[in-house]
Amino acid sequence: MSDPPIGSPETSAVPFHGPNCPVPLTDYPRIVPGHGGGGVLSAELVEQIFLPAFGRPGESGALRDSAVFSAHGGRLAFSTDSHVVRPLFFPGGSIGHLAVNGTVNDLAMSGADPIHLSAAFILEEGFSTADLKRIADDMGAAAEKAGVRIITGDTKVVDRGHGDGCYISTAGIGIVPDGIDIAPDRAVPGDAVIVSGTIGDHGMAVMSVREGLEFDAEIVSDCAPLNDMVSAMISECPDIHVLRDPTRGGLAASLNEIASASRCGIVLEETRLPVNDTVQSACEMLGLDPLLVACEGRLVCITPADTADALIQVMQSFEQGSRAAVVGTVVSDHAGMVVGRTAIGATRVITLPIGEQLPRIC
Amino acid sequence: MKYLDEYRDGQKCRRLADEISRLVTRPWSIMEVCGGQTHSIIRNGIDQILPDEITMIHGPGCPVCVTPLKMIDRALSIAARPEVIFCSFGDMLRVPGSKDDLFRIRAAGGDVRLVYSPLDAVTIAQDNPDREVVFFAIGFETTAPANAMAVKIAARRGLSNFSMLVSHVLVPPAIEAIMRAPGCRVNAFLAAGHVCCVTGFRQYPPLCEQYGVPIVVTGFEPLDILEGIRRAVVQLENGQAFVENAYARVVSEQGNTAAQAVLDEVFQVTDRGWRGIGVIPRSGWKLSDTWRDFDAEYRFPADDIQTCESDRCRAGEVLQGTIRPDQCEAFGRECTPRTPLGATMVSSEGACAAYYNYGRFVALEPASSGRS
Repeated sequence: MSDPPIGSPETSAVPFHGPNCPVPLTDYPRIVPGHGGGGVLSAELVEQIFLPAFGRPGESGALRDSAVFSAHGGRLAFSTDSHVVRPLFFPGGSIGHLAVNGTVNDLAMSGADPIHLSAAFILEEGFSTADLKRIADDMGAAAEKAGVRIITGDTKVVDRGHGDGCYISTAGIGIVPDGIDIAPDRAVPGDAVIVSGTIGDHGMAVMSVREGLEFDAEIVSDCAPLNDMVSAMISECPDIHVLRDPTRGGLAASLNEIASASRCGIVLEETRLPVNDTVQSACEMLGLDPLLVACEGRLVCITPADTADALIQVMQSFEQGSRAAVVGTVVSDHAGMVVGRTAIGATRVITLPIGEQLPRIC
Repeated sequence: MKYLDEYRDGQKCRRLADEISRLVTRPWSIMEVCGGQTHSIIRNGIDQILPDEITMIHGPGCPVCVTPLKMIDRALSIAARPEVIFCSFGDMLRVPGSKDDLFRIRAAGGDVRLVYSPLDAVTIAQDNPDREVVFFAIGFETTAPANAMAVKIAARRGLSNFSMLVSHVLVPPAIEAIMRAPGCRVNAFLAAGHVCCVTGFRQYPPLCEQYGVPIVVTGFEPLDILEGIRRAVVQLENGQAFVENAYARVVSEQGNTAAQAVLDEVFQVTDRGWRGIGVIPRSGWKLSDTWRDFDAEYRFPADDIQTCESDRCRAGEVLQGTIRPDQCEAFGRECTPRTPLGATMVSSEGACAAYYNYGRFVALEPASSGRS
């Protein structure tokens, strides 16, 4: 039997419209190299997937390579972050949520009010456009929740086998209110250490899906924007010294960076750390320490001790801060070192992880 | 967390530590055999609330640490082969061989995969019929039953592309080797609870009798460990030496007989080299001749492996309890978890890594209370 002619229904899953008529994007179930070519297909990707998801950007009305916008005086904060996560969708979020919240939170940790984001996609040839649509919708929803706009973007496609489906880089700009000076080197002895909620949820949610580990209760990522809560915290206490969102490396990495930058010691009361039971159980099974597991919607706040109670009250009025608690103090001893006080009243040093945590053998 | 929090109660731990302080009249050295116990002792700071008379010696019970260098080099050479998918538990990936580790083999293009169970490796073999899948089967009696089952399941599924590089080690011969070593200062042992869960503890009474040491089967949570120490101290103070089970919620005298049957079927006892210690007779398991087709040592013969161990590393003395990790000149200087000279600095159960990660502060600030 001879091959059917090109364009006949037998060879093409989509209707063929002739050599000069590009196949409508909606008929491509998968990303092809042309989607990153800067031509018609790229434009269609923007028109049909990104713009409907992000909404019309403000002044320009289009997603351009470079965005010009009015600043409202004062200092600007600028941040960028790349997102690679496997699986792309996990309980409680997706790479789309991470891409927006990650940059929003980075900006918020400098006390800035995030306003605009950019988004750059690196897609692998063969990636499902339906999945890309889901991711873009998640980004749109996350941006709306955080009150930011995605106003510029870019897409490149790499050959099959040269990527992991979808990578997203976002950058963001925010405005820093006058009189705010929040930086990792500002911790001083006597400050209180506050965490906004349970630690390790995101890392264990992703790991449980990636490794096919099943637990009685599903572990849900804590992925969330923190800028509204931070804004309320700054209103309550403009003199907050340090804010950090403990992502990769977990709370242990954030606290070590702060101790090192501020040349102070930090004492952590381990029994006060909020950890979800399921996360704790999963960590026990795998031999991991929740202190080293990533969060994506939590922050650690270092603040003068006499402001801690009022800040906790403010934080607890937000969903993301409902389990906010004071978990430690900044001290002048053992500068640069984080020390945990264990349940039996002994001490241990909490070090920076060397690389990724490796599950123990037994 | 139910069934764990109960055994981590700070006040109860302190009460037990106080009781140990009241019982003890002279110095005793007690070795915890298992790396999981070492991890728990240092992680929780249990050694800080014990009376000064009690010295905990960290034994050779971290399977990652004692896997011989030659076996690791062999694993690296197999993992580098293009037709091989090499599967390993996580903390084996960073253990230094003579030149490389598994992470570097992977970065250079080797297909090295982290698995949580040997059965994952069997599934990978099933899904990749055109590749050779090799599982690095290390560990004590605890991990051996699952590894034995993996071989049986691979055989049942007719998988001819699955094999295991076996480097299993056994606890009782190690205890005997430590007691026979010159300069041994161990007065009592905490036996590894999870090993005994599989094997039971009928092998231990002859050791107690021959070497006059109490052996207490002990769990892993702070209260378990303190209770094990308390029972060992009572025996030592009374001049007794017998086997006691302080982990009865998990361990029975006869152990898991179903697991033992599988082990007997799949493995046979062999002489085994221990990194840092040397060869201990009849201290390991290898696949028995019936299962030779699944033995990676036969499938990928390599007799020309030249090993090269750091001459600065004193892991052997640490593993035998003759020095503490921080008594090694390289500790914390050229040897850190980032730049390990030996395996004891790599695994989170390794005595050196546990000391480095959790213990550095102890030297700077003794515990505020608890010492008598």
